[in-house]
Amino acid sequence: MRHLLSTRDLGREQAIELLDIAEDMAAVQQREVRKLPTLRGRTVVNLFFEDSTRTRVSFEAAAKRLSADVITFSAKGSSVSKGESLKDTAQTLQAIGADAVVVRHQASGAPQTLATSGWIDAGVVNAGDGTHEHPTQALLDAFTMRRRLHGDASRGRGLDGARVVIVGDVLHSRVARSNVWLLDALGAEVTLVAPPTLLPVDVSAWPARVGYDLDAAIDSGPDAVMMLRVQAERMHAAFFPNSREYSRTWGLDDARFARLPRTTMVMHPGPMNRGFEIAASAADSAQSTVLEQVANGVSVRMAALYLLLSGEREEAA
Amino acid sequence: MSRTLIRGATLVDGTRGDLLLDDGRIAEIGSVTDAAGATVIDADGLLALPGLVDLHTHLREPGFEQSETVLTGSRAAAAGGYTAVFPMANTSPVADTAGVVEQELRLGEDAGYVTVQPIGAVTVGLAGERLAELGAMAASRAKVRVFSDDGLCVWDPLLMRRALEYVKAFDGVIAQHAQEPRLTEGAQMNEGALSGELGLRGWPAVAEEAIIARDALLAEHVGSRLHVCHLSTAGSVEVVRWAKARGIRITAEVTPHHLLLTDDLVASYDARYKVNPPLRTAEDVEALRDALADGTIDIVATDHAPHPAESKECEWDAAANGMVGLESALSVVHEAMVETGRFGWADVARVMSAAPASIGSLAGHGHALEAGAPAELALYDPEVRAEFGVGSLAGRSRNSPYLGSTLPGRVVATFHRGVPTVLDGQVRPADEVAGGARG
Amino acid sequence: MAVRPVLQQADIERALTRIAHEILESNRGADDLVILGIPTRGVILAARIAEIIRRIEPNAPEALAGSLDVTMYRDDLSHTRTRTPAPTDVPVGIDDRTVVLVDDVLYSGRTIRAALDALADIGRPRAVRLAVLVDRGHREFPIRADFVGKNLPSAASERINVHLREVDGEDGVSIEGGVR
Repeated sequence: MRHLLSTRDLGREQAIELLDIAEDMAAVQQREVRKLPTLRGRTVVNLFFEDSTRTRVSFEAAAKRLSADVITFSAKGSSVSKGESLKDTAQTLQAIGADAVVVRHQASGAPQTLATSGWIDAGVVNAGDGTHEHPTQALLDAFTMRRRLHGDASRGRGLDGARVVIVGDVLHSRVARSNVWLLDALGAEVTLVAPPTLLPVDVSAWPARVGYDLDAAIDSGPDAVMMLRVQAERMHAAFFPNSREYSRTWGLDDARFARLPRTTMVMHPGPMNRGFEIAASAADSAQSTVLEQVANGVSVRMAALYLLLSGEREEAA
Repeated sequence: MSRTLIRGATLVDGTRGDLLLDDGRIAEIGSVTDAAGATVIDADGLLALPGLVDLHTHLREPGFEQSETVLTGSRAAAAGGYTAVFPMANTSPVADTAGVVEQELRLGEDAGYVTVQPIGAVTVGLAGERLAELGAMAASRAKVRVFSDDGLCVWDPLLMRRALEYVKAFDGVIAQHAQEPRLTEGAQMNEGALSGELGLRGWPAVAEEAIIARDALLAEHVGSRLHVCHLSTAGSVEVVRWAKARGIRITAEVTPHHLLLTDDLVASYDARYKVNPPLRTAEDVEALRDALADGTIDIVATDHAPHPAESKECEWDAAANGMVGLESALSVVHEAMVETGRFGWADVARVMSAAPASIGSLAGHGHALEAGAPAELALYDPEVRAEFGVGSLAGRSRNSPYLGSTLPGRVVATFHRGVPTVLDGQVRPADEVAGGARG
Repeated sequence: MAVRPVLQQADIERALTRIAHEILESNRGADDLVILGIPTRGVILAARIAEIIRRIEPNAPEALAGSLDVTMYRDDLSHTRTRTPAPTDVPVGIDDRTVVLVDDVLYSGRTIRAALDALADIGRPRAVRLAVLVDRGHREFPIRADFVGKNLPSAASERINVHLREVDGEDGVSIEGGVR
């Protein structure tokens, strides 16, 4: 794998291979010695133009447990925020000798620009770009679902027939986009539920059903309900009348949670607005996978870094 | 005094003839026998077109000389077969006073490659709040007749109405950049299936169409002339068609890139394809070509928008809007309109020369090639087909979306006031061009 | 390319039986013994050896054989195409036990070098032994096998093919290619 920019580029086989390798990585996390020597001598740069402590720490842990050297380059307070361009930064990383660059950027497509510009030879992992994609988040979500559904028999399997409902601000969500493509590739059935204002204007080509009625989706007894975070800045941009109405109509409140089957997974990419898009009772229940998602994130990112940094650079020429 | 004999050119009606250029005019056309002292150019197989006129150019001077200057932009224009350009007002300082437009006029005269006919701003500083000194600019030596806040929409309906009314006093025209600002806040590309997938903020067609409809009704109400810049959607075509059928005095332009390129190019996140209005769908491109063919759209204008490399070599959101277009315009129209069978060369001459000169009230340009007409013309080889490369660009910036692609045709020579500004496909040195024009 | 058979099913059976006896002899029984195969065919061989040991010593523990994947410990990850790791399955803790590593072919020794590193991250065995079906020479590390099914001196240009019925449908070892 030369880069990991989007789940759209992943076929079913490649996605399952990555999830299987993540299973091996997860097994290593159960040992006393949690570290592998695999990427000794390789340099992974975490390039974060946007604050995200959770994702950054997860990638750092993944790289370190594979024995890579990790350099974290945070845009906050650096020359990046003083107008140094993506190109200059990339060329600096090239000079340092980065083998992989994990990039989080507020602009959609920035990782792809980095990967295709010729400024840098390193493999690029998209750690979230604008409102485009967040492929490792979708992979860890899929990994979490697969484990809950198939347990120790997960290896080699997809998510065929699993019914997943994704609820909330789909328009601005890179997590939703990455999940839609990946879940479809793995054979799951996706339903998006959102206020019409928070859906892209034309999603007819997306491999997902679209609805506005969360109650109907809840009563269909899905295998997983994924609640998306609603950013504070949406509250005042006329996407919905006010937070009370949003929460009442599209929030996973106590009553809706109680109607879900006991086996339905409750997922959230975090950080959660408790009491707004998700009730505390749901977030803290046994059905919630929130903490597993965090733990699985390290395994999935280890797998991604392994695939990126092993093997000959066949496409590098 | 320079005398040039162009031997055996093909004219737009398909006939062959010689053209004798003398004293800045076409002295003779047809079979020229007496051409003593004239430089002879063999134009066998070359098409003679009236010099092209661009009603929508950004020359960036004063203020943004790292992107383009009047001189470098004039050279790019000449390389594309142009003999006149209308530079937009979004310079720094903004061309909103007689002083700035006269300065641009003089810079154009000094360069000597093309007639530079400045466009004045509609509002002070393009701020959309108060009318600029439209009358003073009209009465200045620059004789401004076209006014535009291009880059920004004259959004305030009352201000737009007043501007349309006011310029009637000197037969001016308001060229509107039709973009509803609230509907396009932070917009990055055409709003549609692809924008949702790429996670780029959408620029909906309705934001263009709603302003055109409003302005057409305002122009009808006050009996004024309205020109619509860079039409980009099928819906806009429908609105303009409706307005023309109603007898409203409305003219419209389309850019070469909106006739050829589509929004799926954006999937590369390559900022060379970032432009405002954005590239639209294949259906829109078809509608624009048809509208240009049936006269709903009157002219092709380049919206030549030079930017330095660093404004394009970056992430999509941070990149500047715009493409250079003067050097490639004729080839793109050739591909989009002539090769698709919609246009003959007389139609090309109409939409790229006669009509824009007429809308801009520019004397001395846009004439058919006939005895006594000003010697403003271009020789074009329609048979070649070659890769469009950096060598094809003659301005200061390289943000062309066509670099690396193959385009038909090539401008072989351009004459401005009888003086060659381009010969053998090469832009002539500045001193020879300026000297020739004065001599 | 010429393919030359060197071991038939019966030869493999005999070799493994001998190795099983040798392991029991050197370990003085089956107590505290763990037999770990290296994927893919080493795992199968380890399982077969464990089965033979249980036939010889009916009191041998049930959890005798497992697998040890060494992909993440290799030193050639950026020189070949990406390898997909296989699961590691260690049946009991290896601390203070005797671990017998099993692989099909011993060649450069690099795989065993990686396996020793992998073992060290799992625990601290009392001793580590190595059993291989075929030793073809050309070592690049100071590593030798304790139990060898067959020594098969070969040219570097030749290929040793090990087929096992569990994955290949039949048992057999052959040499392919080379100039002879």
